Amino acid sequence: MEKILEIKDLWVEVEGKEVLKDISLTLSVGETHVIFGRNGSGKTSLLMTIMGFPAYKIKHGKIFFKGEDITELPPYERAKRGIGIMFQRPPTIRGVKLRDILNLCIKENKIKIEELAQDFGFETFLDREVNKGFSGGEIKKSELLQLLIQNPDLVLLDEPESGVDVENIQLIGKMIKRLLQKETPHKPRSKSGLIITHTGFILQYIAADLGYVIMDGEIYCKGNPIEIFEGIQKFGYEGCKKCLKRCGF
Amino acid sequence: MSKEVIDPKSFEPAKKVKPLKDISELTEEEKERLRILGLDEKAKRGGEYVQVDAYPLLCQKKVEGLEILPIIFAFKEYKWLQDYSWKLISPEKDEFTKAVAEDLDNGYFIRVLPNYKLIYPVQTCLYIRTERVAQKLHNIVIVEEGAELNLITSCSVHPHITSALHIGISEFYIKKGAKLTFTMIHMWGEEINVRPRTGILVEEEGTYISTYISLFPVKSIQTSPICRLIGKNAKASFISIIANYPNSYIDLGGEVYLEAEETKTEMISRNVVYGGENIARGKIIAKASKVKGHLECQGLMLSDNGIMRAIPELDSFFYDVELTHEAAVGKIAQEEVEYLMARGLSEDEATSLIVKGFLTVKIEGLSPFLQSQIDKTLELAKLGF
Repeated sequence: MEKILEIKDLWVEVEGKEVLKDISLTLSVGETHVIFGRNGSGKTSLLMTIMGFPAYKIKHGKIFFKGEDITELPPYERAKRGIGIMFQRPPTIRGVKLRDILNLCIKENKIKIEELAQDFGFETFLDREVNKGFSGGEIKKSELLQLLIQNPDLVLLDEPESGVDVENIQLIGKMIKRLLQKETPHKPRSKSGLIITHTGFILQYIAADLGYVIMDGEIYCKGNPIEIFEGIQKFGYEGCKKCLKRCGF
Repeated sequence: MSKEVIDPKSFEPAKKVKPLKDISELTEEEKERLRILGLDEKAKRGGEYVQVDAYPLLCQKKVEGLEILPIIFAFKEYKWLQDYSWKLISPEKDEFTKAVAEDLDNGYFIRVLPNYKLIYPVQTCLYIRTERVAQKLHNIVIVEEGAELNLITSCSVHPHITSALHIGISEFYIKKGAKLTFTMIHMWGEEINVRPRTGILVEEEGTYISTYISLFPVKSIQTSPICRLIGKNAKASFISIIANYPNSYIDLGGEVYLEAEETKTEMISRNVVYGGENIARGKIIAKASKVKGHLECQGLMLSDNGIMRAIPELDSFFYDVELTHEAAVGKIAQEEVEYLMARGLSEDEATSLIVKGFLTVKIEGLSPFLQSQIDKTLELAKLGF
């Protein structure tokens, strides 16, 4: 299968501290991979590095997107090439409405903002300052709406279920399904996803192809996401450390 | 950049310029510039006044309840107008007031008759099209009891002028229960000096809302309107939205005297500094009890080569008052820029959107039309790096 993302021997530092060590992974077109890990394990750092934020300094290694080396590209160039990210804690930007951002994201896409927002019951938020006073669930909806408009080929989702109440999690799941073309499983997909999950709840809504466990900035394990999640639930991340399946062992 | 001494006498009198016959003599480029600032024949207006250099070029009323005249004509027509002239500003205040008192070019007189609430705005346009002239104006606006007026004043210069001086004396009278929304949109030039001198008197239950927008380069602006709230429950809001460019000196102030019980004021300024010197002053003086005043100044620094000074001042002569101020000066949060960059915006585009957002002030009582006019100006101003 055609590769959409390939990461080779990636070592990353933030303010002089090593946050990712020797990360290698490959994501094929149409696949969804899930990353598990404790808080502070390096999950978000991996997504931020793929997106190209300057605070995440690549000390070694390469990132390829659709076969192109994007290691040195700034975030907007990566976004233009088809990478989109959902932030866990996006900033409030004073005076900037959600609609303003959506209008800029839309570019040549023929998506109708109003209609899409209505599909997810979010039309009343279009003219509000982005993220200002939004609840946990509203932040997620706003982020996913931006991604649906941006229409990226590779979607990076940072804990899409965190802070979302039970009623809304279903809707968030529906939005992610649409984003990853999982509503029509019989059709070939062009969209791929890399999803961080802390609780694993999102697995009920999306069928992931592969799971990873990241600990201390390293990939410890990869395999069936459901099995990995059940293992974490049963033995905790300490169990992962002891597991013989650890990558490279 | 520091305050430069401007001598009005060093400029040519605008009266020396041969007047235009009518507005069609303006070039397409000039007309486009004025259209941007609101002088658009398609826009619905209650009345219009256009002055080019020293001479009125257009003065028309389109609705009942409005009087609009060149001020020199109005002084001849209405002897009583002397009772309103130079009463809120002294001609002896400084060299600029003296220059106008000694040699007035013209200006507008606008009066809204009692209880007329004008639906469409009245547009005035003060335009300099000749090199090195000093335009000296005197404007008087009277909004009679229970009346309402939206007044938009656009000030600009010929796109190719390199030097000029604009002095505008404005006296605004807002009578009992009346409302004046005054929106000033400026598009000057890099070598233009601007010295407005404004006095405002608001009676009982009267409301004054002033919005001052300067988002294009200018050499210097120095102004500090003086507003007196003399009747119970009178209100005044001052909002200024400023972009300060390299080599610009903008000193924008305002003094509000709360002279009657339960009067209220707020003074809000948003300043983006690309360079030059920006001074945001504000002074609220409580001269009665049960009054409220709030000063808010926010500055966004986009360069190390500029100066931003926020100078708030609150004076109270009574104990039962609520006077507050808040001021903040800082840079754009990198986190916000990166957030937008992740959506595909370049750093410049992201900065521009953040700056526009910063300058977007929700102005209570402003009509949707005026709000969209301000938004349009924000769109036109290049607000990136």
